[in-house]
Amino acid sequence: MIEFENVTKVYPDGTKAIEEVSFTVEEGTTTVLVGPSGCGKTTSMKLVNRLEEPTEGTVYVDGVDNMAQDRIDLRRNIGYVIQEIGLFDHMTVGENIATVPELREWEQSRIDERVDELLELMDLPGNYRDQYPRELSGGQQQRIGVARALAADPDILLMDEPFGALDPITRDNLQDEFLEIQDRINTTILFVTHSIDEALKMGDQIAIFDVGEIVQYDTPTEILQNPKNEFVENFIGDNRTFKQLAITTVEEVMEPREERPPGDGDVISAATDGGDDYAIPADASLQVALTKLLGSEDPTLPVVRDGRVVGTVSERHVRSYFGPTEES
Amino acid sequence: MQSAVSTVAESIQFLSENFPEFLQLLQEHLLLVIISEITAIAIAVPLGVLAVRHERLKSPILSIGNVAQTVPPLAIIALMFPVLGLGFLPSFVALFIYALLPVLVNTITGLEDVEESTINAAKGMGMTPYERLTKIRFPLALPVIFAGIRTSMVINVGTAYLAFFIGGGGLGVWVISGINLFNMPQVLAGAVTGALLAITLDIGLAVIESRIGTASPDSSQVAA
Repeated sequence: MIEFENVTKVYPDGTKAIEEVSFTVEEGTTTVLVGPSGCGKTTSMKLVNRLEEPTEGTVYVDGVDNMAQDRIDLRRNIGYVIQEIGLFDHMTVGENIATVPELREWEQSRIDERVDELLELMDLPGNYRDQYPRELSGGQQQRIGVARALAADPDILLMDEPFGALDPITRDNLQDEFLEIQDRINTTILFVTHSIDEALKMGDQIAIFDVGEIVQYDTPTEILQNPKNEFVENFIGDNRTFKQLAITTVEEVMEPREERPPGDGDVISAATDGGDDYAIPADASLQVALTKLLGSEDPTLPVVRDGRVVGTVSERHVRSYFGPTEES
Repeated sequence: MQSAVSTVAESIQFLSENFPEFLQLLQEHLLLVIISEITAIAIAVPLGVLAVRHERLKSPILSIGNVAQTVPPLAIIALMFPVLGLGFLPSFVALFIYALLPVLVNTITGLEDVEESTINAAKGMGMTPYERLTKIRFPLALPVIFAGIRTSMVINVGTAYLAFFIGGGGLGVWVISGINLFNMPQVLAGAVTGALLAITLDIGLAVIESRIGTASPDSSQVAA
């Protein structure tokens, strides 16, 4: 858990980076700090592992004032991923991943095991272990960057625009992969980005920064539905509904399948007949669902999870999700 | 007038006739080069580290190195004579001073050229300043530092000829006294072997340098 309590950071030259910032990142959740450049989001993140130190206020890491903790120990307990990746070119992939465990003097057998585990987690072939970072593509390098940050199983992970330097397709893939990894690890994540789309996609909570302060701290849905002021509205952009379609899953709007005798129901048999292209996965976004619905002759499509039909969705469901909320 | 061919033949003959003396001179020469080079490395590398760690020390350190390199080697050798007299010691000191700069400059450049993002990552992961230096900066700078050592060493082989003037021995004994006596075979026997020595050292060090380099292959091998 990370808590900011009235934190102000003024640089020696008098620049005020952030002023009276307070927020909490609950354990095991991801908070994205987002805002235009120079808004103080990166400074805020660096205050967590004491790459910067607060002028006023307190940053609590796992309940303890981080200024009271040993700076080096603190950093070794916090994973750190940066945009420039910053792999050590003179070390193999395996050695790079093993950096923090080595610093913490784990036993060699435990380190080896952990490196294997992480290569697998990041979906990298085992023979990458002995290759050098420069031999790999940018996307693969950042996978190793993430693996290196997770190596000592930190409770907290800081990610400073981790996918910012990658091409759009690779970025999208890595975001998806990281979302899956996030489900499997119980790590508190602080994620910095300047892209609202990335923030909406990656965050459980989003903190929108204007110059030096947090304007709104809410869930992605809440931010899209109730932007607090004009700044937030402008920052999100004018296609809010479309963005909401991207972050809402089909499961949230579908009509759950009623218990029916086997063999009954044309939609369900159609799902089996029509194959994969016909049904919509339960975790797909409403953007995907709408695209399929618009291209389909049937007004209603089945929703599947693990090959089993769990419900149905139609244009009406999507529309009612956005319509005037009578009740919820 | 002697033909070139006969001069070469005569110098080979001179070399074989005076082979024990040649070995003696070669040994003196190599000893001067190697000991002064090792001392230069032992001083220049820590100085370079110091210069990088403390920005304020950098320009004074670099100017010491620059002055050492700007004064002609013969002048340094001449200056050593009144201070340290004749023999091995003043020759060694002169060569050492002259060998410092290439190693110093390359140490500073190598350490400073390590990408800031790499250092930031190391810092964020909880490496102490000492660990950042020994585990990250220094290994990454090693190929550049080694290139400086190689340059310095090859220059040193040439400069060591001048040690003759203050009684430091070495191949300069044959070359310079040969010039004075107009003894061409003797000059060639001393000069060509010295040139071969410099070339051999250069190639040998180049091989080691490329070995160090393969530990971090360059970007020409980026995977698709």
